[in-house]
Amino acid sequence: MSMTTLRDPTAETSPSRRARLVPPPSLDGKVVALMDIGKNGGKVFLDQLESHFRKAGVPTRRYAKPTNTKVAPTELLQKIAAEAQLAVIALSD
Amino acid sequence: MPDSFSPQDGFVIVAKRECHTCEMIQPVMQSLDREAALTVYTQDDPTFPSGLRHVVDDHALERSFHLGVETVPTLIRYQGGREVGRTFGWDRAEWVKLAGPAAAGEGLPAFQPGCGSRSVEPGVQEILIARYGDPGLKARTVDVGEWDDPIEACFERGWSDGLPVVPPTDERILRMLGGTERKPGEIVGLIPPNLAPCTVEKVAINAVMAGCKPEYMPVVLGVVEAALDPLFVLHGLLCTTHFSGPVVMINGPVTKAIGMNSGVNALGQGNRANATIGRALQLIVRNVGGGLPGAIDRATLGNPGKYTFCFAEDESDPDWEPLAQRRGIAAGKSAVTLFQGEGVRGFIDQKSRTPEELVRSLAMGLWGVSHPKLVDAGNAILVLSPEHYGIFRDGGWNRRRLEDELHQALKRPGRDLVHGAHGVAEGIPAKFADQMIDKFQPMPDGVLIVRAGGPAGLFSAIIGGWPGQRVRTECQAVTREIR
Repeated sequence: MSMTTLRDPTAETSPSRRARLVPPPSLDGKVVALMDIGKNGGKVFLDQLESHFRKAGVPTRRYAKPTNTKVAPTELLQKIAAEAQLAVIALSD
Repeated sequence: MPDSFSPQDGFVIVAKRECHTCEMIQPVMQSLDREAALTVYTQDDPTFPSGLRHVVDDHALERSFHLGVETVPTLIRYQGGREVGRTFGWDRAEWVKLAGPAAAGEGLPAFQPGCGSRSVEPGVQEILIARYGDPGLKARTVDVGEWDDPIEACFERGWSDGLPVVPPTDERILRMLGGTERKPGEIVGLIPPNLAPCTVEKVAINAVMAGCKPEYMPVVLGVVEAALDPLFVLHGLLCTTHFSGPVVMINGPVTKAIGMNSGVNALGQGNRANATIGRALQLIVRNVGGGLPGAIDRATLGNPGKYTFCFAEDESDPDWEPLAQRRGIAAGKSAVTLFQGEGVRGFIDQKSRTPEELVRSLAMGLWGVSHPKLVDAGNAILVLSPEHYGIFRDGGWNRRRLEDELHQALKRPGRDLVHGAHGVAEGIPAKFADQMIDKFQPMPDGVLIVRAGGPAGLFSAIIGGWPGQRVRTECQAVTREIR
């Protein structure tokens, strides 16, 4: 009986885990991006959020992915990063 | 090349007892042994040949491998520790030219071909490369302890879909790579969700683990490439809460070449090619892409087809246009079609006798996909069994006619589908109440019709799709030629 040597079937990568950003102490002066990922109930959910933010005096901007089935296009993420400081990604069926 | 196992000056013969030519030239070997330094490497019987001073047991074939022997007997001459000539089989003129009159073999025929070396028998070469050579593989090696079970080691490392996998040893991987002409280092694509580069070698490793045979490799590679078409949206399909996963349908000559099943129990268990090709894709997504159930795979329930879901279309009737040809592949070519699909639901109709009856009946079954009151919530596959297909064929309906009639039969009044209709909240918005509503997208994408199944049974199968298919420009079934 001898040792068996196998070959690794994985990508042999080590996933890196990034720490979450610390939430800001205040929303003063911040713009919140509201991104609809494209599921059926996303608009309903974001409408409600938008209403709450408006009452709190926090400006918002609306964004939408072309489809829920794919990751957001880079251009969209860059646009959100340029125009807002915080983002809410809506998932709602 | 100097070789510590070979003589400085003299001869080496590689032989085996089961070779009639080797047996025949025993007197030549004995004569040569009396005249010069001779080493005989014997592949199958250390007592053969007899009467020599230096016979070396090479049943492990290490020397035969390093000498690059393909035929026995092979005679090699060395001078100054280097090979200066070789011949194989028995050819008196060649042997005398290389070894002089002692190798004349008086009384033997002038010529007799040799036999294949054991080192080049099917499957042996890869083992010898793995043991004694450089397999040229790039994947990291993982040593399993002498007393450990390699299958359990694969489980422990998270490489399995829950069923035992074939341990990916070098010789198995090399055999698998022998099934394709593509280079092991070639990148097939980036596998989601981690978008990890996947080489042909990694495909081969996972194909080994899935239980594939080397001749399945072109199909497996075609399946992987189809799955990586952006229109297939593999990332989204992987992370969906929905039931669906990849459904693999194969068309063309390759289905017969590798023995796929399109007949009895075509959607079930028991056929190696069907079972392992679909499984290989899932293992690649799991192992290379990092798509793990409970992690990025968020399926609420999933379906058993996520272990494997692959079958071939029955193309035995020349009057039927196979799915791949309907989707643009030339006749006579092999192709894979990938669909984002859930499990199989059975459809029974043992009373319809005309195409008109059966198409309406099938439409009723298809309305159940996702929910009887939901529309455009995913397309479908309709697997027509031979008996159901026979009703259409005998009625003079071909694929195109069936698609057109089915599309019409799948329209329903919106008033039956709106929220609250028939006391059911699920449904479509009230504004559609006065319209006729299509269940699926237009043909041929709305319902992919394929033929498969055993000869008895007025049954067909419906495989529901995925809600992601409702945005056709972003997501749809994908068909690719297998090269």
